[in-house]
Amino acid sequence: MGIKWDKILITGDPLILGSQIAILLTIVGAVVLVTYLKKWQWLWREWLTTVDHKRIGIMYILVGVIMFFRGGIDGLLMKAQTATANEHLLDAQHYNEVFTTHGVIMILFMAMPFLIGLMNVIVPLQIGARDVAFPQLNAVSFWLTFAGAMLFNISFVIGGSPDAGWTAYFPLAGKEFTPGIGNNFYAVAIQIAGIGTLMTGINFIVTVLKMRAPGMTLMRMPMFTWTSFIASVIIWASFPIFTVALALMTFDRIFGTHFFTVGGDGNPMMWANLFWLWGHPEVYIVVLPAFGMFSEVISTFSRKMLYGYKSMVFSVVGIAFLSMLVWVHHFFTMGAGPAVNSVFSITTMMIAIPTGVKMFNWLFTMRKGRIQFTTAMMWALAFIPCFMIGGTTGVMLAMGAADYQYHNSLFLVAHFHYVLIPGVVFAVFAGLYYWWPKMFGHMLNEKLGKLHFWFFVIGFNLTFLPMFFLGLNGAIRRSYTYSAETGFGPLMLVSSIGAGILAIGFGFLVYNIYWSARYADRNITSDPWDARTLEWATASPVQFYNFAKVPEVKSLDAFWYMKKQNKGLELNENELEEIHMPNNSGLPFVMAIVFGIAGFFLIFEWKIAALVALVGIFACLIFRSFDYKDGFHVPIDEIKKIEKAWRKVDKEVKNHVS
Amino acid sequence: MNKPWKGAQKMFKKGSIIPLLALLPVLLLSGCDSHMVVFEPKGPAAREILHLINWSLIFMALVAIVVFGLFGYIVWKYRERPENKDYEPPEEHGSAKLEFIWTVIPILIVIALTIPTVKTIYNLEKVPEGYKNIKPIIINVTSADWKWIFSYPEQGIETVNYLNVPVDTPIQFKLTSAGTMNSFWIPALGGQKYTMAKMETQLYLLADQPGEYIGRNTNFNGKGYAGMEFTVEAQSPQKFAIWVKQVKSTAPKLTEKHYVDLLKPSNFGRETFSNTHLAWVNHGDMNSKTYTFPELYKNHDYPGQIFKEPDNNETNTKMDGQAEGKSMDMSGHTIGGDHNGN
Amino acid sequence: MSANVNAALPLEYQSEQSRMNIFGFWIFLGAEIILFATLFATYAVMSHRYAGGPTQHDLFEINGVMIETILLLTSSFTCGLAIYEMHRNQKKGLLTWMVITLLLGAGFVGMEVTEFVHYVHEGATMQTSAFLSGFFVLLGTHGLHVSVGIGWAIMIMIQIAKKGLTPITARKAFIIGLYWHFLDVVWIFIFTFVYLKGMVS
Repeated sequence: MGIKWDKILITGDPLILGSQIAILLTIVGAVVLVTYLKKWQWLWREWLTTVDHKRIGIMYILVGVIMFFRGGIDGLLMKAQTATANEHLLDAQHYNEVFTTHGVIMILFMAMPFLIGLMNVIVPLQIGARDVAFPQLNAVSFWLTFAGAMLFNISFVIGGSPDAGWTAYFPLAGKEFTPGIGNNFYAVAIQIAGIGTLMTGINFIVTVLKMRAPGMTLMRMPMFTWTSFIASVIIWASFPIFTVALALMTFDRIFGTHFFTVGGDGNPMMWANLFWLWGHPEVYIVVLPAFGMFSEVISTFSRKMLYGYKSMVFSVVGIAFLSMLVWVHHFFTMGAGPAVNSVFSITTMMIAIPTGVKMFNWLFTMRKGRIQFTTAMMWALAFIPCFMIGGTTGVMLAMGAADYQYHNSLFLVAHFHYVLIPGVVFAVFAGLYYWWPKMFGHMLNEKLGKLHFWFFVIGFNLTFLPMFFLGLNGAIRRSYTYSAETGFGPLMLVSSIGAGILAIGFGFLVYNIYWSARYADRNITSDPWDARTLEWATASPVQFYNFAKVPEVKSLDAFWYMKKQNKGLELNENELEEIHMPNNSGLPFVMAIVFGIAGFFLIFEWKIAALVALVGIFACLIFRSFDYKDGFHVPIDEIKKIEKAWRKVDKEVKNHVS
Repeated sequence: MNKPWKGAQKMFKKGSIIPLLALLPVLLLSGCDSHMVVFEPKGPAAREILHLINWSLIFMALVAIVVFGLFGYIVWKYRERPENKDYEPPEEHGSAKLEFIWTVIPILIVIALTIPTVKTIYNLEKVPEGYKNIKPIIINVTSADWKWIFSYPEQGIETVNYLNVPVDTPIQFKLTSAGTMNSFWIPALGGQKYTMAKMETQLYLLADQPGEYIGRNTNFNGKGYAGMEFTVEAQSPQKFAIWVKQVKSTAPKLTEKHYVDLLKPSNFGRETFSNTHLAWVNHGDMNSKTYTFPELYKNHDYPGQIFKEPDNNETNTKMDGQAEGKSMDMSGHTIGGDHNGN
Repeated sequence: MSANVNAALPLEYQSEQSRMNIFGFWIFLGAEIILFATLFATYAVMSHRYAGGPTQHDLFEINGVMIETILLLTSSFTCGLAIYEMHRNQKKGLLTWMVITLLLGAGFVGMEVTEFVHYVHEGATMQTSAFLSGFFVLLGTHGLHVSVGIGWAIMIMIQIAKKGLTPITARKAFIIGLYWHFLDVVWIFIFTFVYLKGMVS
């Protein structure tokens, strides 16, 4: 197989050497800590083998936080390098690797896990279900995402980072121009994670369509469930395209085919098309559940039902449908001709319409409400003006001819950060502050939350607003440096300072998580926000079986009406039945490890070894096929005990204590 | 929350000022150098695009004012205060009338934006109005890693990393690439278009003012990407003709060997030649040879398998490392020549 | 979840979890349709990019392709017979027709592998041109799916032999049936848009 042992570890760079040592120490430290605390069994039993959607969701969120840190460091490095002209902190090759990993990690390993994590925790609760349709598959999805993320993250210390941008355009991303294995990490690691995501999409489609509590018609579902459902449909429609694109990239790079190469009559434009056929729906996969979270938060903290619910549902469906029809706007300048560019300008501009409808409905939800400025609500409030800047600049970019000047400039970079950060990241933060008590039984500190908020929002605006002007002055993206004559210096410096402030904001979030875990009051009500949807009709943290009795839904905002009419919240112990729950399983974890190993071998182009590991994957599938364990039953006594512990003596849900 | 209403008031005030707060330093700083090349067009294409941009800015500003205004008003008026703690918000399902209004008005805005957009998209594919009687000058643009090669087929000359063009004359750029996908952009003159190997795209530009303009590659293509700046000097037709004559009589001939060196990954300064490479290869032709040099792109990552291509130009493999000696020239200063062919 | 058992329905639909599994598999097939559609689109774009190498006319021979088609289509029919037997509660009938189905499927795969080896000997590999890259990956993906299906079906047949026809084993057999028919439909598209179109145009 010709293994070049001396080239496996990346050498010759002090920063990377430092990271290699740090990673090793962290791994050793973690192993020592868990051994010292004697928590291996607990870890295996409670987390590594869980099929509980709530636990899986929490693990996704943890991955999201850690990846936000890594992607953020990448961003800070980029900003440090470009703060002044002709800076030499990072050379071109390193800068290229850093912005590539920044993009991939932020979208695929930060945003997606955060959103899928919150979807996992909350959606089954919102529809009154006890888990998702396929719990073990759900665990597989998580562990595959984790394996893909780990593989991708290890690249900068072992083997070499991908360096062709998060879009990995050909011919650059092919062996003709990047002959090392760096970009193999891109093709294989993302593929592994992508399989996990596709499975999640299928899982949630079936869950939402088949497992809603009696009385919950589609038009009585909470908006977060609706948007999660639609996002799952988009995943189902778009991820297979990415699967193919990445597979073809793998073939080109590892087996020498000619899909996207210059030689052999390959067609690099085909990569751009396939990538963006997935890539555009992908941004709606992340933004729609985020919109759903904003709907929940805005409604709860205006103490008013969502305005125009029907319209909101139709808008989300419209956005999802249109999202599959706009991909060419990512390459208006690739020479498709005026007819094609005109059509896609129109379809792209059309998406602004349902999005605008949503903005107005959120505003009118707040109107005539009683707005409470909790941290979660602050994120939703900041979203509106900031996303509006992102959206309107999006319409400007959608106008094909104008895009000929904006394309690949910092104007574009500013636009997409103005839709992604307010649209997705603010939403995730809102969701975390909102649902933290439901997940962990304590609340995140509001004071620290406000500090997190202000530093992050001000830092964000300072970082990205100048980029609009830089772009209009000719500054291009992905450029590791610029000369002083360009005049980009002052605004670039402002932007870099903004990034530092942004980072401090993130630091406050991490500190808040730590501080609250240690000091926050555990004696809180199960419904601290006086909220409106079913997930709040449970204990905080939620009982492992979610609902002792499956709720009966009589309207939209089911929980609110149960509270208002004082109906449906009591638990009659005689009605209790044994609850059937799925078994834990170590197979998803094991399978992901095997996938990771197979992926690693394939990335290094040790094909025989990869084939052997592939056999391992099939072995796992066969094992699963022969697994006839059908779950276990929770005895009524245990249910009674758990329910008594969190309900008031008269067995009603604890009322909100203001 | 001990003094919620005070906090809330403070928060509102800050809330609606967030974007303005961030805007302030930007406005202050951009005042130092408020030149934005897109807003200072030097040719009809850039000017027509600017008109489109300004048109869109009007509508976007309108939307911003409405949304920001509504937002600020609603957040302030309906905030929770100690006085209204027991105010129960009404159960509002929605309003078909309002939905209609805020659907139709955006549709109208989109239509208003679409019409000039489509017009401009089509116009940009042609010689600009008012110049249709003038014979265009043809320039073949070949992007390579990491330089721009400009061939003037009618004049029989070739330049690297700089362009001289006559003012008020339509330029028909025929764009192609010897390797990676790049994007040819001269923001002062107009929009950009991609260059792709074994394909030819076309871009019409025209400078209606003499001057020196910067061109860039905007499609990332590796280590030397940031160094792919080039300059364009628009001169009077007389000066241009003199320059062409000078080049033809004094500039060296481009050899095939040197041309292959040009295609290898490196950053060059300016060069000038009294012939073009089109004699032996046109990269825009689908059946042209492949000029790729994977061995020369190795860096610190673990090496992967490199595949031999049957249609690859074979003369490259003996010249490893020779082209890598040239350093990256960021400042635009000439190494190999200036705009006068020296 | 063993609750919600409806004995009036066919075995494979009796439990709620089984109904969800079958529904989920239909959705998965939808994703597979999109996957193959992407491969077809890629093939279509690449189908005339020969890089001076062999074309469809140079390579394709109708005889082998016809036999492959007959093998696979017949196997889909026998698979239908197997499920029919299952609905008549005939475990032996189910297993017998499944064996025949898999033998026909194995015949298909064997012939396809022979076809590919032949092309390689003619100098037409997937590295030769974009056309051949597209061809081999599209057909290869289908062939791989069939091969995995054969292995999967064998596992299920073992379970049926050991545990008999239960709601769970019936559901598994039903799902592999859906998978097998799906692959047959994909082959019809391949036969039409790759082979026939390639030999006619």
